[in-house]
Amino acid sequence: MKNGRDPVIVGLADAPIEDGKFVTKASVLGHAALVAKAAVEEAGLTLDDVDGLLTAGMWGVPGPGQLATVTLGEYLGIMPTYVDGTNIGGSAFEAHVAHAAMALREGYCEVALIVYSSDQKSLRSRNLGGRPSVLSMQHETPYGMPTPVGGYAMAAQRHMHEYGTTSENLAEIAVATRKWAQLNPAATRRDPLSVDDVLSSTMISEPLHLLDCCLVTDGAGAIVMTTAERAKDLKTKPVGVKGYGEAHTHWAIGEMPDLARLLPAQKAGETAMKMAGVSHSDIDVVEVYDSFTITVLLTLEALGFCKIGEGGDFVSGQRTAPGGAFPMNTNGGGLSALHPGMYGMFLLIEATRQLRGVCGDRQVAGAETALVHGTGGTLSSGATVILQKD
Amino acid sequence: MSTEKPLPVIDHDSAPYWQAAHEGRLDIPLCGDCGKHHFYPRAICPHCHSDNLKFDTVSGRGEVHTFTIARRPAGPAFADDVPYVVALIELEEGPRMMSRIQTDDPEKVHIGAKVEVTFVKATDEITFPYFRMT
Ligand SMILES: [Zn+2]
Repeated sequence: MKNGRDPVIVGLADAPIEDGKFVTKASVLGHAALVAKAAVEEAGLTLDDVDGLLTAGMWGVPGPGQLATVTLGEYLGIMPTYVDGTNIGGSAFEAHVAHAAMALREGYCEVALIVYSSDQKSLRSRNLGGRPSVLSMQHETPYGMPTPVGGYAMAAQRHMHEYGTTSENLAEIAVATRKWAQLNPAATRRDPLSVDDVLSSTMISEPLHLLDCCLVTDGAGAIVMTTAERAKDLKTKPVGVKGYGEAHTHWAIGEMPDLARLLPAQKAGETAMKMAGVSHSDIDVVEVYDSFTITVLLTLEALGFCKIGEGGDFVSGQRTAPGGAFPMNTNGGGLSALHPGMYGMFLLIEATRQLRGVCGDRQVAGAETALVHGTGGTLSSGATVILQKD
Repeated sequence: MSTEKPLPVIDHDSAPYWQAAHEGRLDIPLCGDCGKHHFYPRAICPHCHSDNLKFDTVSGRGEVHTFTIARRPAGPAFADDVPYVVALIELEEGPRMMSRIQTDDPEKVHIGAKVEVTFVKATDEITFPYFRMT
């Protein structure tokens, strides 16, 4: 049943990058502000209309990023009355959509702005030197766990052991994703890629090769949400937020309940699809977090697009590539388009663009319903959003 | 070596565990209510949430639950170790713990391999429980 306070997405923007770096000269907060302004203006709103502010970031931690919404609100010169700084890693923005949807329904805010910005590439800041050896990490970091890739490698190893998944299966995902990137002028890596290229790329943390891993880039993006009622007066065609779910299980990979099954995705996906009243066959386009190829495989299984253990077969034969039966990660994903640390924002932007029908060469024909799933931490958290053309 | 390896920042939860390792024992918490061991050490049992816990010396035997061969180090501190095997060990008593497999041949490590603990002194205060295949 339709309700005037149903949550919708009415604005979005992302920052241009070239060779993985921001084109515009601005600080990390400057880029956040520029995409925020562009996203609200696209909708026909101004930053003064924003009363809900949601963000997650790692700006100069320890320091300003510890209180991310406060820092960003100050920079934007606004006084939000609903804030959410939930940080569950790369899936944070899918959770933000859920939280903003609830706040909008409740009448707790009218215009919610979700923002992300990272200049990790320009800063060369992505820390691969191990996490500080405190609390649970005192039992992991001293052993030389390569982070974050080592945890994903351990999950891949376990999946291969239990289900016979192969490195070729994983490479299929990287190759299909690259084909989408080749259709997206904004994607960072657009040169042709074969399964052999992936398999012969440098082994980083067995069984994961360099080309099983996402890019390291800058990036900034923003999404504006409001109610269906308010959207009637705005400039864009709204995209409905129909369902959402979230869950997390662990921080240290050693605490993951089952290394071959992504329980947060299973839980979040079930919740979101039930709320939206959709089944798998209703989904026209899928945007799932691809920090590593194995992340995608585990996610597709957990979301129920195939049975547990059958992900390898599911993605083989370039099924997820342009022209394949299962359009997925249509901007080129974190593997080939961009990956600024917490990539989930860009899954939402791409899904919304697909439902708006503005994706040019990579447009999925007739896309009306999209499933977005973010994964954060080391397979730690998951959040699903179901979006639908109104 | 140019960079020192990270050492655990010991806290009240973990102090008895690290002290035991220093003395050549693998001691992990055992719950007096549900009878299950857990790792890493906590102030309440993650299985039944009881705080009736004591440290128990376990067998030090287990198997490789999963692992990775690091071909690139986790930072400069580990550069001299490459390739090295980081493994999640499932102890006979149930819990899993992250550690290293001490081996001359990383390629021989596999899921299900039987392992036993071996203690490797890092500093005067810190000794790490590593594992080797049996
Ligand atoms: Zn217990």
